Amino acid sequence: MTSTALPDQESVATPVAVPTLTSHVRGYLSRVRGGDIGALPAVLGLIVLCTVFSIMRPSFLTAANFANLFTQGAAVTLIAMGLVFVLLLGEIDLSAGFASGVCAAVLANVVTVLGYPWYVAVLAAVLTGVLIGSMLGMLVAKIGIPSFVVTLAGFLAFQGIVLLLMEEGRNISVRDPVLVAIANRNLPPALGWALAGLAVAGYAAVQAMRYRTRAARGLVTDPLTVVLARVVGLATVLGATVYLLNQERSFNVLINSLKGVPIVVPLIAVLLITGTFVLQRTSYGRHIYAVGGNKEAARRAGINVDRIRISVFVICSAMAAIGGIVAASRANSVDPNTGGSNVLLYAVGAAVIGGTSLFGGKGRVLDAVLGGAVVAVIDNGMGLMGYSSGVKYVVTGVVLLLAASVDALSRRRAAASGGR
Amino acid sequence: MSATPLLELRGIDKSFGPVQVLRDVAFSAFPGQVTALVGDNGAGKSTLVKCISGIYPTDAGEFLFNGRPASIHNPRDAAALGIEVVYQDLALCDNLDIVQNMFLGREKRHGLVLDEPTMEQMAADTLAGLSVRTVKSLRQQVSSLSGGQRQTVAIAKAVLWNSKVVILDEPTAALGVAQTAQVLELVRRLADNGLAVVLISHNMNDVFAVSDRIAALYLGQMVAQVKTTDITHAQIVELITAGRSGALGLSAGNGSNDTGGEPAAAPGAAR
Repeated sequence: MTSTALPDQESVATPVAVPTLTSHVRGYLSRVRGGDIGALPAVLGLIVLCTVFSIMRPSFLTAANFANLFTQGAAVTLIAMGLVFVLLLGEIDLSAGFASGVCAAVLANVVTVLGYPWYVAVLAAVLTGVLIGSMLGMLVAKIGIPSFVVTLAGFLAFQGIVLLLMEEGRNISVRDPVLVAIANRNLPPALGWALAGLAVAGYAAVQAMRYRTRAARGLVTDPLTVVLARVVGLATVLGATVYLLNQERSFNVLINSLKGVPIVVPLIAVLLITGTFVLQRTSYGRHIYAVGGNKEAARRAGINVDRIRISVFVICSAMAAIGGIVAASRANSVDPNTGGSNVLLYAVGAAVIGGTSLFGGKGRVLDAVLGGAVVAVIDNGMGLMGYSSGVKYVVTGVVLLLAASVDALSRRRAAASGGR
Repeated sequence: MSATPLLELRGIDKSFGPVQVLRDVAFSAFPGQVTALVGDNGAGKSTLVKCISGIYPTDAGEFLFNGRPASIHNPRDAAALGIEVVYQDLALCDNLDIVQNMFLGREKRHGLVLDEPTMEQMAADTLAGLSVRTVKSLRQQVSSLSGGQRQTVAIAKAVLWNSKVVILDEPTAALGVAQTAQVLELVRRLADNGLAVVLISHNMNDVFAVSDRIAALYLGQMVAQVKTTDITHAQIVELITAGRSGALGLSAGNGSNDTGGEPAAAPGAAR
């Protein structure tokens, strides 16, 4: 089908000869106007919230509080990162919060009660997550129960299982130094800089390679200025973050020094990069988007839809397990309420606030991280301003509703401006 | 007209339980030609297409591909022979872009990683081969395309894999005037590129605009396969609705429920 080119056809291969910076920006703006706003609300919200809290409470803007934000938001963010995969199919996992609780309980039992080393406990916790996920996925994909009902049942049942594992409300402490370090210790400042440098260099290399292969093949490339701006942008954000986190945060340096990037940060970063790679660069990820966009089209294209549906629940519950491990590490213990109360709603909120659609087919792992940051900032800032948890819940609920309305409205907007 | 049809069916029977949907159907499609498949609702067009594409097994009949007997038991057999069907509902994912849709389920990869540049280039070449100039960027999401552009993408997806026979199910049913013209032009170009194109349509204007041959089904029977130039609009309508028109179609003895007056009916008499 490549032959018989008529003279005036080259225009298809290179429709826009050299996209300039202005045409790139204009394209982005028209996409935003057409309803494809992505993570824009989360980024703007983050800037507004941080500005407001910094003015109202100067203590918000200290290095110590900045570090707190990361450790406070880590567990919710990790669960939200897994939820993105489920949400991409237009499904929901309401049991993710208590699934993380069950996995944390398994971790605590294995490491403290049974006395196994930390890696055995971590493995057991993650395997528990995989087991939970495959069970939920089977019920949804093979039996055909709506995911809402399956995971609502899971929500109740897992709450019970945590209680049973905790023998009616006991609290098991986690003292293993490695596990405690995850959410409570920091990287040496030099290592923080090295990792940040590595990340920027890696990102720049990937961008440069893509630019060169596409240019060499005569395909449309992003303008070089945009590519450079992306790399410089990442370098600025990472540089500022590492610089702030490497400040001394201890009240009394003589007793103990407290500085460096919290260990959870590289953990989240590695999972973020892995998740993004899977979704954007592998055919498995492409198939997830396809099933979320049009299940019938995916089926006709030869994609095993059931397998995809089961696998996203497995990923979600496994990520919930990692979230549970971080929560256990931060609290130094596991109790029957680990993964309970607001954890699940904060996680769903994080994913949706970040721009992942509840209707399926649209979302990125990065959304969960940005949304997780918004949720953590609200929680932290309102705490500093002395509001009760009642007010915090109400505000977070309103923000979630706001994000869901933005999602629904942008979808209507896209439907109105698109072809159908 | 070429000597051997690329695709030839002989004596196809197909029943669903007690209902016989196709009765002794013969059908051929020639390379480089557009064969229109017409017939009223329930005449068996869709069933015939599903038999060709391997979705339904046939009860009896021969299947020849390029003059040689072939057997099609499932859609994969049909795809292996180079038969692609573009269904009416298109089966595109709105949230993916043009390239991603065209390669859905058959992505090109380097090991684990998707090979985007190769896919984009192949998609661009295919669209260029079809002289498609209406899409701005191959990285546009399908949700931002018009109905005609979607149809174009679906057709391009079908011809991407060096297919030899492309079957289009009502490609213009949902389109406006300008877009219909675009798609018909594309259908014509497919045939000019050497493919055997089968066009299912209810719209006689479309049929006469692009087809070289017309095959008419009436209640599960193939009543005529004729050159488009040898037949008039009115005759085709008669074939579709009554199963015969003058000397064409079912013989008088077969369709005896009609009253007399047949022998005198001249081909152009109806209009």
